Amino acid sequence: MSQDNKKVTVETTGHVWDDDLQELNNPLPRWWIWGFYITFTFALVYWMFYPAWPVGNTYTKGVAGLNNVTYVATKVDGTQETKNTHWNMRSKLMVEMNELQKEQKQYVDKVAATSFEDVAKDPELMQFVNSAGKALFATNCVPCHQVGGQGKVKFAPNLTDDHWQYGGTYENIETTIIAGRNGMMPAFKAILNDAELTQVSHYVLSLSGEPHNAASAKLGDTIFHGDKAGCYACHGAEAKGNIAIGSANLTDKIWLWPDVLGAKTPEAKLTEVKTLLYGGMNKGVMPVWSTRLKPEQIKLLTVYVHESLGGGK
Amino acid sequence: MKHDKIERNVGILIILTMLAISAGGLVEILPLFFIKETVEKVDGVHPYSPLELRGRDIYIREGCYLCHSQMIRPFRDEALRYGHYSLAAESKYDHPFQWGSKRTGPDLARVGGKYSNDWHTQHLTAPRSLVPQSVMPNYPWLSKTALDYSDIQGRMRALRVTGVPYSTSKAEFDRNVKEFGEETAKSLHIPDAEKNLIAQAQTGNFDTNPEKLTEMDALVSYLQLLGTMVDFRKYDDDYFAKFR
Ligand code: HEC
Ligand code: HEC
Ligand code: HEC
Repeated sequence: MSQDNKKVTVETTGHVWDDDLQELNNPLPRWWIWGFYITFTFALVYWMFYPAWPVGNTYTKGVAGLNNVTYVATKVDGTQETKNTHWNMRSKLMVEMNELQKEQKQYVDKVAATSFEDVAKDPELMQFVNSAGKALFATNCVPCHQVGGQGKVKFAPNLTDDHWQYGGTYENIETTIIAGRNGMMPAFKAILNDAELTQVSHYVLSLSGEPHNAASAKLGDTIFHGDKAGCYACHGAEAKGNIAIGSANLTDKIWLWPDVLGAKTPEAKLTEVKTLLYGGMNKGVMPVWSTRLKPEQIKLLTVYVHESLGGGK
Repeated sequence: MKHDKIERNVGILIILTMLAISAGGLVEILPLFFIKETVEKVDGVHPYSPLELRGRDIYIREGCYLCHSQMIRPFRDEALRYGHYSLAAESKYDHPFQWGSKRTGPDLARVGGKYSNDWHTQHLTAPRSLVPQSVMPNYPWLSKTALDYSDIQGRMRALRVTGVPYSTSKAEFDRNVKEFGEETAKSLHIPDAEKNLIAQAQTGNFDTNPEKLTEMDALVSYLQLLGTMVDFRKYDDDYFAKFR
């Protein structure tokens, strides 16, 4: 601590603490004072341009016409109207969305007016589909169908292969996205006994050349085509599936719900199929998108899934 | 000198400091209670059903709000990613609201209906099994823990005190029927809370396990409701701009 008790020469506030502790009363720096006055002026100007003061049950909206926002609104019936209002964030957003629509209009209108097939043939439109479709796919579809639409066993189908539960035409895919899908297979635990479940599972495995017990599979064949289980009614007599209800094609090497390809041993493969049949399937929900996405976005996605993911057929 | 007196008296200093600070807050907040356009006039917003309410409490208990906001701001990039901006009216029955400002994960204000129940259950149990790069924690206990709804009536009554129109009497029930429709009004009737909670969990099967009523059922039912109450297709696309 300094022992040097210099005498204070500037003016003090007059407060004295502990005998000699004083508070200097230096004037505020000039730049600071000016800064202070400028904030006052700024506020006055701000009040003229932006909503500011509450008055009763409303508020001041700035000097009329000084800082107005003009945008185009679309009404429920589809008609458009140009509007002009005081500055506010929600109207500013309208302006931004108007600009976006204008930027994309030439493409969006063209995609909307062009048939799926012709969009796919037009390199310029496809470029737009690829960039816009990719963004839409990433935010909305990837969490289930995974990166690149490769799918996930026991969760959501692969969209890059040629196998389509609900059909792979543009129209099929568009319907899938618009209305969603919810494939449903009843549980067979109360309908078939354990031996029968084993037999029909052997039969299912035999259809795509997986390891199976031929004798059991033969018995399973009769169960599959019999009326007690009624598998054929949904999957078809040839077990090739029915795109109207999304019953899977059981003759190909593509499995969604039982992880047959991932299971190492024949026993494990059998268990996978048997477990599925025992409990049935009602989890596979493809959400409805018509409430979240606009028709033109759905059309973009349809072409994207069909063309860019490489699975269309 | 007056200043001298204030500085030497801690009690007065504290009181005056508090007054000075609250003046700032009051000037900003109080007028909103009187301005007519603060809460938009819009159809469809209703209080949570007992199951959704329990889900909301679990959402708060698990601290989901530390990473997720529920407030879509009126900006172009948010509109494109999340959908329509949030309305004040949409959280008018939220006490406390979950707007938040921290977005380690995406905004959840309109997550309802975006995914299936199966997705939510699996994602909450093990997020990285579906989104490999996710940093969201695992919540494996949600689908194992039976839902405790023994105090659901108390929870609803507490909210009633803050003005949420849960009903106890026939008269209040009838008022709710008028305001929200019969279906919703039933779910807001406190004496039937347990019955309604179980029924909704059974029909909804939110945790994809029909045998058990778990915390997952409640949380997913809440998530599936978020942002779905207002049907924006019923309004001109600038309808809500007039409330600002
Ligand atoms: C909540 C998870 C989930 C999300 C999100 C999701 N899907 Fe799906 N999707 C599924 C499931 C599950 C199925 C299979 C439905 C079934 O088996 O009944 C499916 C099926 C499909 C099919 C039919 C496949 C076939 O073989 O016929 C298409 C096409 C599809 N989804 C596209 C999309 C697109 C495009 C998006 C994004 C807009 C999307 N999905 C978002 C889960 C999802
Ligand atoms: C009511 C119609 C219906 C009946 C009856 C039915 N299925 Fe299915 N099955 C489906 C549907 C729909 C799916 C696809 C479920 C999904 O993807 O959500 C399916 C899926 C499957 C799968 C999984 C395929 C895969 O790739 O994941 C197998 C295996 C299967 N069924 C076998 C059978 C057998 C064996 C029977 C008779 C014991 C049977 N099904 C009876 C409708 C039916
Ligand atoms: C440490 C931060 C963190 C916490 C805590 C957290 N999350 Fe997340 N959440 C994330 C991240 C990051 C993502 C994005 C990646 C993903 O989908 O997993 C996410 C994604 C989500 C999504 C999907 C949103 C969408 O639109 O794709 C939901 C729903 C969700 N979280 C719900 C919850 C719930 C419910 C809780 C509380 C039980 C919670 N989160 C707690 C970080 C978190």
